[in-house]
Amino acid sequence: MPLLDLAQRQHENWIPMKAIELIAAKLDMAEIRVLEVATFYTMFNLKPVGKYFLQACTTTPCWLRGSDEMMRAIKDRYQISSGQTSACGRFSLLEVECLGACVNAPILQVNDDFYEDLDYQSTGALLCSLETDAPLAVGSVLGRSGSEPTTGATTLAAGKPGKAATGATKKRSQANA
Amino acid sequence: MLNDADRIFTNIYGWGDAGLKGAKARGDWDKTAKLLALGHDEIIERMKASGLRGRGGAGFPTGLKWSFMPKEVKDRPHYLVVNADESEPGTCKDRDIIRHEPHKLLEGCVIAGFAMRAHAAYIYIRGEFVNEARRLQAEINEAYDAGLLGKDAAKSGWAFDIYLHRGAGAYICGEETALLESLEGRKGQPRLKPPFPAGVGLYGCPTTVNNVESIAVAPTILRRGADWFAGLGKENNTGTKLFCISGHVNNPCNVEEEMGIPLRELLEKHAGGVRGGWDNLLAVIPGGSSTPLMPKDVCADITMDFDALRNAGTGLGTAGIIVMDKSTDVVKAISRLSYFYKHESCGQCTPCREGTGWMWRMMERLVRGEAESHEIDTLEQVTRQIEGHTICALGDAAAWPIQGLIKHFRPEIERRIAARHAVDAVNAAE
Amino acid sequence: MPKLTVNDVEVEVEDGSTVLHACEAAGVEIPRFCYHDRLSIAGNCRMCLVDMERAPKPIASCAMPAGDGMVIRTDTDRVKKAREGVMEFLLINHPLDCPICDQGGECDLQDQAMGYGLDGSRFSENKRAVDNKHMGPLISTVMTRCIHCTRCVRFATEVAGVPELGAIGRGESMEITTYLEKTLASELSANVIDLCPVGALTSRPYAFAARPWELNKVETIDVMDALGSNIRVDARGAQVMRVLPRLNEDINEEWISDKTRYAIDGLRRQRLDKPYARGRDGRLHPVSWDEALKSLATALRKAKPNAIGAIAGNQADAESLYALKSLMTRLGSPNLDCRQDGAKIGGNRAGYLFNSTIAGIDDADAVLIIGSNPRIEAAVLNARIRRNWLSSRMPVAVVGPKVDLTYDADFLGQDPAILDTLADGTHKFAAKLKKAKRPMIIIGMGALARADGAAMLGKARQIAESYGVVTKEWNGFNVLHNAAARVGGLDLGFVPSRGGMDIAAMGKAAKAGKLDLLWLLGADEIDFEPFASSFVVYQGHHGDSGAHHADLVLPGAAYTEKDGIYVNTEGRVQYATRAAFPPGDAREDWTIIRAVSGAVGKSIGFDTLAELREALCADHPHFADADAIAPAKWASFGGRAKLSAEPIRQAFDNFYMTCAISRASETMAECVRASSADHGAAVAAE
Repeated sequence: MPLLDLAQRQHENWIPMKAIELIAAKLDMAEIRVLEVATFYTMFNLKPVGKYFLQACTTTPCWLRGSDEMMRAIKDRYQISSGQTSACGRFSLLEVECLGACVNAPILQVNDDFYEDLDYQSTGALLCSLETDAPLAVGSVLGRSGSEPTTGATTLAAGKPGKAATGATKKRSQANA
Repeated sequence: MLNDADRIFTNIYGWGDAGLKGAKARGDWDKTAKLLALGHDEIIERMKASGLRGRGGAGFPTGLKWSFMPKEVKDRPHYLVVNADESEPGTCKDRDIIRHEPHKLLEGCVIAGFAMRAHAAYIYIRGEFVNEARRLQAEINEAYDAGLLGKDAAKSGWAFDIYLHRGAGAYICGEETALLESLEGRKGQPRLKPPFPAGVGLYGCPTTVNNVESIAVAPTILRRGADWFAGLGKENNTGTKLFCISGHVNNPCNVEEEMGIPLRELLEKHAGGVRGGWDNLLAVIPGGSSTPLMPKDVCADITMDFDALRNAGTGLGTAGIIVMDKSTDVVKAISRLSYFYKHESCGQCTPCREGTGWMWRMMERLVRGEAESHEIDTLEQVTRQIEGHTICALGDAAAWPIQGLIKHFRPEIERRIAARHAVDAVNAAE
Repeated sequence: MPKLTVNDVEVEVEDGSTVLHACEAAGVEIPRFCYHDRLSIAGNCRMCLVDMERAPKPIASCAMPAGDGMVIRTDTDRVKKAREGVMEFLLINHPLDCPICDQGGECDLQDQAMGYGLDGSRFSENKRAVDNKHMGPLISTVMTRCIHCTRCVRFATEVAGVPELGAIGRGESMEITTYLEKTLASELSANVIDLCPVGALTSRPYAFAARPWELNKVETIDVMDALGSNIRVDARGAQVMRVLPRLNEDINEEWISDKTRYAIDGLRRQRLDKPYARGRDGRLHPVSWDEALKSLATALRKAKPNAIGAIAGNQADAESLYALKSLMTRLGSPNLDCRQDGAKIGGNRAGYLFNSTIAGIDDADAVLIIGSNPRIEAAVLNARIRRNWLSSRMPVAVVGPKVDLTYDADFLGQDPAILDTLADGTHKFAAKLKKAKRPMIIIGMGALARADGAAMLGKARQIAESYGVVTKEWNGFNVLHNAAARVGGLDLGFVPSRGGMDIAAMGKAAKAGKLDLLWLLGADEIDFEPFASSFVVYQGHHGDSGAHHADLVLPGAAYTEKDGIYVNTEGRVQYATRAAFPPGDAREDWTIIRAVSGAVGKSIGFDTLAELREALCADHPHFADADAIAPAKWASFGGRAKLSAEPIRQAFDNFYMTCAISRASETMAECVRASSADHGAAVAAE
């Protein structure tokens, strides 16, 4: 699996059959065994994808938080749906299953990076930034550092750095009241 | 509400330095050697006494699990495997531990590994967590450099290595034997049990597979004492737990709370409450996608622990709480989960391979009402035909959400079927 | 030995058994698709679920080790429901094309659906369709029917040793295929057809040819190699439609090679269905039996007795060998040979048998192979070596060309001098032989069918005696034959009698004009050039090279067309049974010889097959013991001469075409083409 990942990274984000054969030879494995693995795991692309491989999570937690809007933003921009590549060839879209960041839903994974808390507009802004090859900062577009509540901490407020700390305290006192 | 002082993951939001320096300042790696000096069996005894139940979903007592490892290392080495293939929809706690509290996990590996007489741990992290894996590897390297891992881990005299292995996109690899298959470089198809991993696990050696959170809380439990941990929460459901609150709440968040906290309190104190107020609540999936949903009336006074939720016909699972307000198309929400399970079925055994696809297709029709009402019973029977008949628990996990839906929202499904029939009748008449 | 209770019946089973075995021992039949006795346990079909006391859910009986005190129930409502559920799942995406499916009538899914199927379908979605996969000329695929039991994958990987089949994708999109749909490169590939519980993998040559219930099924013996694999020949009228393996634990278990299974279309082509005589124009013309017998009688009378020779081919039955030998004796000729390839074997029986027996391979803990490629010479036997190697990783070494045997082997080289270093203990591998408790030597025709074959045999004996290959309890000295008729011929003494000529001497004599008449009993694999001036009689069933070089052709019967006795490479006597009649005027071979004896006025003393067999068994008593092996006593054999420097080669290279039948087979020709095409593609890709 690490070799398949490596092959994918070295070959524009997809794995040609030649690479499978090479890996099989290197590991002294049957080619079919390597192909089995390559087709079992969804992260291995066996066909070319664009420079920016957009993997949109649409599983229920993301869907509840508006992944449809995120998808619509992508579709409006490139007229592509899952499994397709944009006319310019630089953007490929794939609907994927839960990316494991549900509290920061909805999520769009661009190549290796997670973009979180997206909506229609922020998705557009993200795509715009990708088009100019100057991608936005990775992570939550709302500026969350992790999965704390957007409005401020309800716990661990003491550790919170900088100006937001006051907000958190306020929020907390409200909650307590 | 849990006091900050009783929280284990004090940097879960990543506000402080996640690196070794920051971690040490928070108390990680503090006299680890002394903890190990307790001895293999004493550590296990204390873990048992703490009452910690596995945080990966099944809730099996962690100390007991460790005790299943052979008491002597014979011809085959022992392994600890950490399950960081966090893929259960609604769950995103391990990601934050890895990002923001990696040293709790690494120290936990040393302690757990030592307790089960293993000299190596494999951490299997889901492939999509590319940056998280990079971060964790950097921290592993740092721990090696600081002498916390390696030939004399944390100056305990115990040699311990940690290897990080990335998955490549397969929910099923969160099943422990599928994970082992995947670690060995094969397709992640669950193994038949018996034999159990504690006897024949990774590369045929005795192995224990634990969730990230279960391992990461172990050092703190030992430091602060089993009594402290056991004193939190409820009987048989002790300690603290990371809850992931997603969906229709005002402020989705992860938060560490006491086991047994009332759901309503949890949502309102930490997540800013249900969007549109408590009365706008439709249903809650309490423990990750595979646990059956609970309608609002059950949510009102349910507490978040293994036993209470089991008694309510659902489960704590991973404590991934998915909240749905009244705007939710609940049939579609569950149908989307059915699609998830169909997509993630490994295809090995018949009921799951064939049944997940069938269930999803029926669910899709039910979303649109394109069905006969007796098909609800058919669907319910199909879920029973899968449940308990598969090699691993994915079949059960696929069946339960639908069972929950039918149990609590049958009238809604029937309403749609009736509406659809009415439309069809009008169309036919025209 | 755990004791269990199955449906209130107490049974005791062997250690290491599963609950499924225990149920069978209790007389309870357990439905299954993925489970197969000879393959690893997959546990994926879930059909074999049973209830176990204290288990919260039903358990897969195929995978659960039988434990002492287990209480199993197979007759509960829960078990019935579970199985019905699994059956329904298997059927929802299985096409309802039984009427056009070749598996119909012998389909596990069909059969078990009778027991566990519902009467109607509740599945109102679209059924899944799966693209068919190319797997070569033998296996026809309808992958929509596949139930993903993975028996074929496990067979290819485990038994055949060619890990080329796999299941790609996952979930309901999982599909069985070879890598990029290449031909399955195994001599045992078609066994997956038998293993497939449904009609996903069916026989391509037999496609839509017949229904099982209209076939006449005859249990008999294969002659495509020297194993004597037990087979069932299914015939419709005079036509052999297919060959299937028959269970024989001691020989072929339940496998057969692709040649055994598929050379049979060669039985329909190039058949000799009437006698032929070479006319003045130098061409063969059909003649009547009367004319043929008369002209042969005349030729035999004209010939000097010691200028008559007889050579038997590789598929001759013991009866015709015995009859021909009797006739030659009556004619006064000592010139007999059943070793077309000139192998230097005969005499002491231990010197030409596979003494350990085939099943004995399971007990070996080191193997030295000399001048043999068991993978193509005896594919099923090779799978047994592989199985032992898989579980024990025993050392295997080969003196001969480097080939892929499907298991790891040390290829020591082709130089015969290696045998000297093995014998004197200076070779590395000698230590491994010495260390082994039950070492085995397999020597093949690549070493024995050469001018210094006798010395090779002697050298092998010397090695055997130096390393405990032959002890009181164990005889690991094995000759691996390629010819089904060979051991029978040697047992019957179808070799030169006192003062007689072997095949090489006959050739020399013929060249010198001193061989008047040569009788070929199905011998096609010899060098005909020396016999150009002799009167050549070819008795056989195919218009192959023997017939082409003959002056008189007597049409005989192929192995499926006569009752006959064969002795396999381990010396096991087996009785084959006729499944169809020979075509046209062709006759069973011993009757032809009997007729010639009448025409020439030299009675051989029997008029019926029963009389022949009686006489044969009187002379050679062990032939009376069907299915038994008369053990051979160890004694001196082989020569002591110096080995030549000639490299040791393989007896033959082309697995698919080794006899007149397989050479006439279009299916075998296609297999040759397919394997060379894949090979060519591989070379081109490199």
